[in-house]
Order: sequence, then structure tokens, then C-alpha cells
Amino acid sequence: MAEVLVYVDHVDGAVRKPTLELLTLARRIGEPVALALGAGAEATAAVLAEHGAVKVLTADASEFSDYLVVPKVDALQAAYDAVSPVAVLVPSSAEGKEIAARLAVRIGSGIITDAIDLEAGEEGPVATQAAFAASFTTKSRVSKGTPVITVKPNSAPVEAAPAAGVVEALAVTFGALATGTKVTSRTPRESTGRPELTEAAIVVSGGRGVNGAENFHIIEALADSLGAAVGASRAAVDAGWYPHSNQVGQTGKSVSPQLYIASGISGAIQHRAGMQTSKTIVAINKDAEAPIFDLVDYGVVGDLFAVVPQLTEEIKARKG
Amino acid sequence: MSLRIVVCVKYVPDATGDRQFTEDLTVNRDDVDGLLSELDEYAVEQALQIADEADDAEITVLTVGPEDAKDALRKALSMGADKAIHVEDDDLHGSDVMGTSLVLAKAIEKAGYDLVITGMASTDGTMGVLPAILAERLGVPQVTLLSEVKVEDGVVTGRRDGDSASEQLEASLPALVSVTDQSGEARYPSFKGIMAAKKKPVQSWDLEELEIESDEVGLEGSWTAVDSATQRPARTAGTIVKDEGEGGKSLAAFLAEQKFI
Ligand SMILES: Cc1cc2nc3c(=O)[nH]c(=O)nc-3n(C[C@H](O)[C@H](O)[C@H](O)COP(=O)(O)OP(=O)(O)OC[C@H]3O[C@@H](n4cnc5c(N)ncnc54)[C@H](O)[C@@H]3O)c2cc1C
Ligand SMILES: Cc1cc2nc3c(=O)[nH]c(=O)nc-3n(C[C@H](O)[C@H](O)[C@H](O)COP(=O)(O)OP(=O)(O)OC[C@H]3O[C@@H](n4cnc5c(N)ncnc54)[C@H](O)[C@@H]3O)c2cc1C
Repeated sequence: MAEVLVYVDHVDGAVRKPTLELLTLARRIGEPVALALGAGAEATAAVLAEHGAVKVLTADASEFSDYLVVPKVDALQAAYDAVSPVAVLVPSSAEGKEIAARLAVRIGSGIITDAIDLEAGEEGPVATQAAFAASFTTKSRVSKGTPVITVKPNSAPVEAAPAAGVVEALAVTFGALATGTKVTSRTPRESTGRPELTEAAIVVSGGRGVNGAENFHIIEALADSLGAAVGASRAAVDAGWYPHSNQVGQTGKSVSPQLYIASGISGAIQHRAGMQTSKTIVAINKDAEAPIFDLVDYGVVGDLFAVVPQLTEEIKARKG
Repeated sequence: MSLRIVVCVKYVPDATGDRQFTEDLTVNRDDVDGLLSELDEYAVEQALQIADEADDAEITVLTVGPEDAKDALRKALSMGADKAIHVEDDDLHGSDVMGTSLVLAKAIEKAGYDLVITGMASTDGTMGVLPAILAERLGVPQVTLLSEVKVEDGVVTGRRDGDSASEQLEASLPALVSVTDQSGEARYPSFKGIMAAKKKPVQSWDLEELEIESDEVGLEGSWTAVDSATQRPARTAGTIVKDEGEGGKSLAAFLAEQKFI
């Protein structure tokens, strides 16, 4: 059966959920062969096997962390040469997209980014994309070369499908460009203990209406009552009330949770671009004319300082 | 020695307009106003700041796009760029990212450069991969997604704020940089800038001048094919209640009914 190369996103051996979703999609096209790089690469094998990887290629070298992107492209290309897959799937993170794109140039293939679904088709895999702030749905294919496709988080269910998951070390030779961009320092982001924004099943976001960094705790309290991630509009981020890494929208994260709760957010097109594919949308806004209400399944016209704490209390009471 | 900066800017349909696809499934550019992609204004701004710090620098703005794309170049010139190159050819219609990047790479090489600066993503295709592809094609270091950038003594340094960490990067010129909307507010063109822009040179190049065959680009030459584009049905009208003291509770009831609690 045809092999599909899947690029693994993991943190020290802990595989991130979007990669497991990729394995579900990969199985629709063929047999997944996973590539895991860096420290802890071999530790990924068990969970990848549980989710359908027939083989796990691994490589570690200091180049992967000391230089930007290109060493990982060299490794992905080595895996491509070793496997000759029918498609290459990569998670749609900022780095994932860059790695996939450079591979596509090298192997003379087209690339599709930010797919939200993937099916086998007569002329190769067919990807669904959301275009123009998710107001359109498109179906596209790669028509030249081996399809290279990046897939957004929450695009497929995680399904168990036990397979061999044989671990094999991959030999990687780094090209002249690999050491072009040096990472001179790295400051890890502090963990909040909340779920990862792009992967979360529920996202609770605050906007300009939250009116100050000191008020964001009411958004966080609501999030914690639901086990949700916290998001913010760009207005809230630009005002310095919440970190940029939590921004939802065109230039922030794009999220696609089961439930999205927007408080004090008007619903500008650039914000909608990042949340419009959420399954259920809820908004709290004191302006009945706010465009966000065009999207909602349930909306409350009211002051968030009254509605949000009451909601949080009620959730806690119901959960007992 | 002069620092030659090329800034890639894209002409896009206004995101606040009613964007649509045409029958050949390419972007409808006729019924919506076009403009300089807002995220590319940040690229122009950083180029201007880098040029200010350099002894001697020249900024060329480059676009691949239809006739109207000159508007995007004018905007960048009125912000302070020195000259512009417009790659225009009927055969470019419908080019995908591989085609577009091929044209940009050839044009950048022909123009001559020490530093290429791009936006983080366009506001229409929003792929965010063109900068990495361009670096690969040009064979220069990619220093991408920077929220801070500096060029000194032939070395570019910058900060990249990623998902799990914030990284400090360094590369030698020639290099390619892309900047985010966190890199610093873009300036508004002054009246003087707008008047001066009218006299600045705009060169037009076509595929022949770049030695690119027409079947390497455009809809036919694309590496990808769009089979369908359908408008998402408008979301069905939801329930909207006015808070009269029980808004939080009624919302909780809705969430419970939907099994979120
Ligand atoms: C190139 C570009 C990229 C962009 N990218 C993004 C992006 O990624 N993400 C993003 O979010 N934006 C983005 N924007 C900005 C976007 O256009 C809007 O400016 C932004 O989303 C507005 O944020 P907001 O809804 O919080 O603020 P506003 O539009 O000011 O809305 C605040 C809302 O809060 C309500 N409110 C105020 N007080 C209360 C209260 N006490 N109780 C209840 N409601 C209250 C008001 O009625 C109002 O509707 C981008 C813009 C550009 C040009
Ligand atoms: C909704 C939609 C989806 C698309 N999906 C795909 C796809 O999956 N695969 C594919 O191959 N093509 C796709 N395209 C086509 C692709 O967007 C264009 O070919 C485009 O020029 C390159 O991609 P981008 O603008 O999205 O690049 P990005 O990577 O988002 O752009 C980054 C930067 O590159 C520079 N840049 C981009 N285009 C130009 C230009 N024409 N002139 C000057 N500078 C430029 C700008 O500095 C910009 O900020 C899509 C287009 C649309 C409208």
C-alpha cells in the first residue's frame, strides 16, 4: 500500500494532538510513515504506532535546535527520498508551514496550506480549505509532483488504529544552507496550565470591552470553569492586556473549537478569520448591533462584567 | 557601500469588501477595491527604518500583479520607498504560490539585492509560506516572522515569537526577512511623500524580460488546482437575549443543553 509521510510535532517526545489528527487523515490516503526529529524523537514511537504509523523515522542533531527551519527541511527531504511517499502531511503551525513549503520547492511539487479536511480522490488527495475569512469553502489538489499539504489543528478526529510503528534511524546530511540562520537564544514560553489555544475544545476570548489587563481574570475564571483556553482580540493584545501568543484572528492563531465564547469583542473581519469555523459560537456584548451577533448560536446583549461572572458561578454550581 | 533592499508587496482585494471567486475559480478582482496588503505596510516600514540606520541604502518595492497593482506600489513609494518594479503579464493570471515565487525570485535577482523584506502573510491567500519559498529559491538565509529586526555591519538580527518560545535569530546578508504586525506601526504617507511618489520611477517587466516561459506560471502552469469554491451558508440566526439580570444563567442553561457543561 502507498505510504504517506507525516511530519511529527512533539515536545521532548510528547506528541501534540494535531499530529495524531494527521495520522487519521493519512490513513484515508495510505499507510502513515512518521518522521520525528530532535530530542525525544524515539519516545514518540509508541503513541504514533497506536494511531496507525507503520514506521517511525527518527533523527536527532544539535542543528535542529541551533539553526532555524532548514535543518528540519534537510531531514524531511531525506525521509522523502527514503520513503517515496504519495503525499507529505505537515501540521499547519508557523514552522510546519515553512518546512513543508521549502520541501515542496526542492521536490518540485505544489503545496496546499491550512487544509481543514482531506479525502482520497481519483487524481490524488483532495483538500478542503476555508477562504476569505472562512466565508468560502474550496476544494483543491496538488497537480504537479507529490502533494505537500499542511493541515490545521482540529481538522479530524483522533482515532486509535494500532500498527507496527517500527522505529528506524534516519541518516541526514545537512546542506550548506542549514546553518544560515543561527538561533542565538531561546526563551521558552511559560506554561499557564491551560490547554493549547489552537487545540482546545473550548476557547474563551476577551476583547477591548474587557477594558484593562486587571480585568482579564474574569475571562480566565470563566475559561477555567470550562477547562478552556483563553484567547484575545488584537485590540486587547495591542493594548498590552494579554500576550500576543493568545491573539485569535488573521495575524494571531486560527482556532476551530467545539465552543467559542467571545466577550467584549465586536467581530471585525480579521477576528472572524480566526474563529469563524468554530462549531458553536457564543457572544456577550453590550452593543446589540455588534457584527459578532451575526455569527452566534447564542448571544447575550449585556455588560460582560455582570454576565461573565454570573455565567462562571452558574457553571461551577452546575458542575457541583 | 549601498545597502540594496527589495520589499515584496502584494495588491489584494479589500478584506472588508464582499470578496468572491470568478468562474475560473481565481480571486474576483473587479468588484472589490484593491489595496496594498495591510501586512506588507509593516514590511515597508521596517525597510524604511533599516534604511534610516544605514549609511546609504536604496529601497525598491516589487509586486507581481495586474495593472491596478501599481496602486500598491504608489502607496509604498509615498511611504518613502525609492523606486518600484511591477511585474505584469497576461500569462500570470491565476498563478499559485510556486508560480508567484518563481517570478518574484527572478525579479529580485535581476534587480540586485542585499536584503529582501516581505510581510508575514498576504491578507487574501494568507498562506504565510512565500517568504520561506523565496529564501529557498534565492539560496539565502530565511530570518522570518520577526517582531523586531535590526541590520548592522552586514548582519541581520531579529526576534521571532513562536508558539512555544521566543527566539533571537542572526544571519549574514544577503538574507530574506519577513516581519509580523508586531514589528511596529506603519507610518502614514505624508502629503510631501504622496507628491514625491508621483515622480519616482516605476519599471514594468514582463515574463520575457525575466526569461520565464508562460507555461511555468499562470492558471495552466500552476502546481495546484482549485476544483470548487462554494460560499458557506450564512450561519442560521441564533438566539439572542438581552441581559436583564439573568443573562449569565440563561447562557449557562444553553451551554448545558448543548452538553458543554
Ligand atoms: C491586517 C490586520 C490584521 C488584523 N488581525 C487581527 C487579528 O488577528 N485578531 C483580531 O482580533 N483583530 C485583528 N485585527 C483588528 C481588527 O480589525 C479589530 O480592530 C479588532 O478585532 C477589534 O477588537 P475588539 O473586537 O476587541 O475591539 P472593538 O472593535 O473596539 O470592540 C469592542 C466591543 O466590546 C463591546 N464592549 C465594550 N464594553 C463592553 C462591556 N462592558 N460589556 C460587553 N461588551 C462591551 C463593544 O460594544 C464592542 O463591540 C487586524 C486588523 C488588521 C488591519
Ligand atoms: C483563498 C486562497 C487560497 C490559496 N491557496 C493556495 C494554496 O493552497 N496553494 C497555492 O499554491 N496557492 C494558493 N493560493 C494562491 C496564492 O495565494 C498566490 O499565488 C499568492 O501570490 C502567494 O501566496 P500568498 O499571497 O498567500 O503568500 P503569503 O505567503 O501569505 O505571502 C507572504 C508575503 O509574500 C509577499 N507576496 C505574496 N504574493 C506577492 C505578490 N504577488 N507580489 C509581491 N509580493 C508578494 C508579500 O510580501 C506577502 O506579505 C491561494 C489564493 C487564495 C486567494
